[in-house]
Amino acid sequence: MFAGAFVMERQELIPHLFRTEYRKIVSVLCKRFGFDQIENAEDIASDTFATAAQTWGMNGIPKNPTAWLYHVARNKAKNYLKRNSIFKNKITPEISLQSSAPDVYENDIDLSPQNINDSQLQMMFAICNPAISVEAQIGLSLRILCGFGIEEIADGFLTNKETINKRLFRAKEKLREEKIKIEFPNSSEIEERLSTVLRTIYLLFSEGYYSASHDQVLRKELCFEAMRLCTMLIENKYTNKPEVNALISLMCFHASRFDARVNEHDELILYNEQDTNLWNADLISKGGYFLHCAATGKNLSKYHLEAAIAYWHTKREDTKDKWENILQLYNQLLQIEYSPIAALNRTYALSKTSGKTKAIIEAEKLKMDDNQFYHSLLGELYSGIDNVKAISHFQVALRLSRSAADKSILSKKLQALEKK
Amino acid sequence: MEEYALIMRHEDGKKIASPEQMEIWMKQTMDWIGGIAAQNKFVGGTGLPFDGARVVTTKNAKSVVTNGPFGEIKETIGGFITVKADSVEEAVEFAKGCPVLQGEGNSVEVRKISQSNGTH
Repeated sequence: MFAGAFVMERQELIPHLFRTEYRKIVSVLCKRFGFDQIENAEDIASDTFATAAQTWGMNGIPKNPTAWLYHVARNKAKNYLKRNSIFKNKITPEISLQSSAPDVYENDIDLSPQNINDSQLQMMFAICNPAISVEAQIGLSLRILCGFGIEEIADGFLTNKETINKRLFRAKEKLREEKIKIEFPNSSEIEERLSTVLRTIYLLFSEGYYSASHDQVLRKELCFEAMRLCTMLIENKYTNKPEVNALISLMCFHASRFDARVNEHDELILYNEQDTNLWNADLISKGGYFLHCAATGKNLSKYHLEAAIAYWHTKREDTKDKWENILQLYNQLLQIEYSPIAALNRTYALSKTSGKTKAIIEAEKLKMDDNQFYHSLLGELYSGIDNVKAISHFQVALRLSRSAADKSILSKKLQALEKK
Repeated sequence: MEEYALIMRHEDGKKIASPEQMEIWMKQTMDWIGGIAAQNKFVGGTGLPFDGARVVTTKNAKSVVTNGPFGEIKETIGGFITVKADSVEEAVEFAKGCPVLQGEGNSVEVRKISQSNGTH
């Protein structure tokens, strides 16, 4: 009995520590070694956990497991640097006749909280680099900044392990070629570099929020990891900018509906049908707090506008004021950055302020014939105005939709209309 | 895809609107621009308020700067936006929705923007 309970505890503890500590060890070591040796940093971190699994199984869990991991990682890193240094000093000089470099490997594996945080933030800037594709940035972020397993990343992207492994390998290769340094960008670059980081964090969040993956726990974790990375940016005075606060605010508002938007059969529940008691009041108030923090400086970013839109959505009541505000925010958002979904949402807001007939005219100008949500919107707008047209639009939407959740919602809408 | 400037002209710039009227126009203008932006055809634009406005003319070969008078000019420019359009006809369709046109005598001038880089 006792042994069984012990095994359970160890079995849960190591994955938990892997999730929280692996990324810290990798970032610190990689910063120390240089980005070109990222694989060695990852190997040492993985190796540290393998050693932990073996040793703790035999000797029991140490008093302070995290300190134990850091100690072992530090020793492994020192050994690695020593081997490298021997190679450089004893073997390379034989060939190149260079003078020996000083032994700098002794006490500089700095796993202090300050260096852990700095290393992780700098790593974030290194990974969120336009030199590699957005998918690769998200994949590497999940692996290196969030400590996700390859299998989990593959599940999140609805693909297989080989694809993810290849993608990550190529991305690291590319960053190596680009001679990416793990450091804070200088102040003249910070805005631009930060915008790439924020975009990746937001995509990571959206990946979780809108993913077609059925694994609810995993999806939620993706969202909370995105929020954690954003929080790290806020905790550092160098990166605590208004748009970072706006982004975390926006994610808090969205995440507040996480428990309300899916039922026990894993089906999506539309906003209007959600039980507002399941909306997370704590996250809503956090969102409000960060939106307040974001309201400084001259720059009105798209995150400010999206956060403000998300704020209005935390109020269920359909007031004229609410939709008029949402419409104007979408008007502004579209001027800063066009996206098809913003265009469709803007038109929905217009139907709430100016009526369906006017919205239909505006919607049909959008001409997104191969967009499922365009046809859903038109189906919605034509419902009660011209049900034949509504049905035909919902049918097209159903044909274009890929996720089971969307298909089920559209089928229900069609059934309801066909009864009329 | 070409770019066109839609230049809004008011017949009489001296008329002063009430804040409530201004707010309605503002909303209508934003909705008009939002509708164009929703089609991914909005490029940029700006309003041109009268504060900080000057007119520079030449008199006896010298520059003369005045705070107006805009009244002497029959029409004043209230602002402009730049849009993308496949044809001048499409740009004209955008212009037709401009709330400035609710005022009798006001106009929206549609002008193609010449491309400096030679790509059209």
